[in-house]
Amino acid sequence: MRYTEEHEWLRIEGDVVVVGITEHAAEQLGDVVFVELPEIEAQVGKGDEVCVIESVKAASDILAPVDGEIVEVNEALTDNPGLVNEDPQGDAWFFKMKLDDLSVLDEFMTEDEYKDFLG
Amino acid sequence: MTENPTELKRTPLHALHLSLGAKMVPFAGYDMPVQYPLGVMREHLHTRAHAGLFDVSHMGQVVLRPRGDMAALEAGLEALMPVAVSGLGVGRQRYGLFTNATGGVLDDLMFANRGDHILMVVNAACKEADIAHLQTHLADVAQVLPTTDRALLALQGPQAEAALAHFAPAVCEMRFMDVITADSAFGSLWISRSGYTGEDGFEISVPEGQAEGFARALLEIESVAPIGLGARDSLRLEAGLCLYGHDMTPEITPVQAGLAWAIQKSRRKGGARAGGFPGAAQILAELDTGPARIRVGLRPDGRAPMREGTSLWDAPEQGTQIGAITSGGFGPSLEAPIAMGYVPPGLATPGRQLWGELRGKRLPVTVCELPFRPSTYKR
Repeated sequence: MRYTEEHEWLRIEGDVVVVGITEHAAEQLGDVVFVELPEIEAQVGKGDEVCVIESVKAASDILAPVDGEIVEVNEALTDNPGLVNEDPQGDAWFFKMKLDDLSVLDEFMTEDEYKDFLG
Repeated sequence: MTENPTELKRTPLHALHLSLGAKMVPFAGYDMPVQYPLGVMREHLHTRAHAGLFDVSHMGQVVLRPRGDMAALEAGLEALMPVAVSGLGVGRQRYGLFTNATGGVLDDLMFANRGDHILMVVNAACKEADIAHLQTHLADVAQVLPTTDRALLALQGPQAEAALAHFAPAVCEMRFMDVITADSAFGSLWISRSGYTGEDGFEISVPEGQAEGFARALLEIESVAPIGLGARDSLRLEAGLCLYGHDMTPEITPVQAGLAWAIQKSRRKGGARAGGFPGAAQILAELDTGPARIRVGLRPDGRAPMREGTSLWDAPEQGTQIGAITSGGFGPSLEAPIAMGYVPPGLATPGRQLWGELRGKRLPVTVCELPFRPSTYKR
């Protein structure tokens, strides 16, 4: 598992990477009431806004952590956005991306580094 | 307004908020709890089902003590507001608004006739300006005395009466908008049966030295939970109430804001004390012929909340921008997004479909009656 400074987690499954938000991020957002997912097969660039998350309080985005292609999205979040608060690091993954080269993930933080980052 | 954390003011309940695990944010120059560990959604639902305790000590409590008789003070206030002040009975509270020369709203407020003086409660962000406004215009008829040694709590929800009755049994006899003074174990409480959530409930002014003890005693009661600003906002939005600075501004008149009910007959054309307040020409004309825009309730058809600033359109493509959303979010009791905004009267009919532009896409919204959820005031 790797972590971004935007509080996303990245889990490698074969040649795809699964993307979600960390418990810390879910807690900061508060109760999530709406999730807009990207389109499957969309080609996205690092830093693109690919998901919208709305909590009771405010709207925020999930950025694509790397360049790649969206190959799967978690439709369960559309019907049950609250899953993001219940199980942010498990069932509430947002999307899966296919990368040309998984080694680009090495630049992201390990779990220990992320814990240090949170302070 | 300062938002620098080092300069933020604290209410008498600041230490209590921290000890309860509140997430604190700057609001109107104060360090205030936006939510407690329960979270906005559950805090909201708790208030609707049981009782919620809010710290509203950041709001201004201003005593207006007449130099001569109350009548002169009442007349002075009627020169600042399109509202009847004279005729309000002792022990009764009323909603009021300060207007400007163009009829816009400078602030909205509550005022109460407490026999030998008037007690006014004004918005936190406006209180300095309001006090200056009162001092400028009422200097001859009243002393304007900001209360600086009292906290203000709101206790709202169906179990508020039972909870507060432990400390002040007389509250059971109060009706909506009554005010009393009650002696209690926590000193002299100034209580009104009112609030800003759409629920039955109370606002309670308590001496600052007793405020934390009083709040802790209320929180000991099983039905009472602490509620932050996040749920305060979603509760008032469901109740269809205006948030000053958003749904109501110096550019928006009371008539446009759907607050014509706050302008009594005596202040309208043909009334005993018609006009004579700032912006009277504009406001009285709007009462006659209708305003150019009006506040409406809006329900987005999908699940996506539409927040303040979302533009409103009369067609799914092209067409004309006909207004904008001034408050919007998610209504936990309605389990759906809700919003309020301004549109021309011709498009303000409940059931009318409009479109809100969200992230470059026009999504359908339906005009609806306000409030979104009926109020449960004890009339």
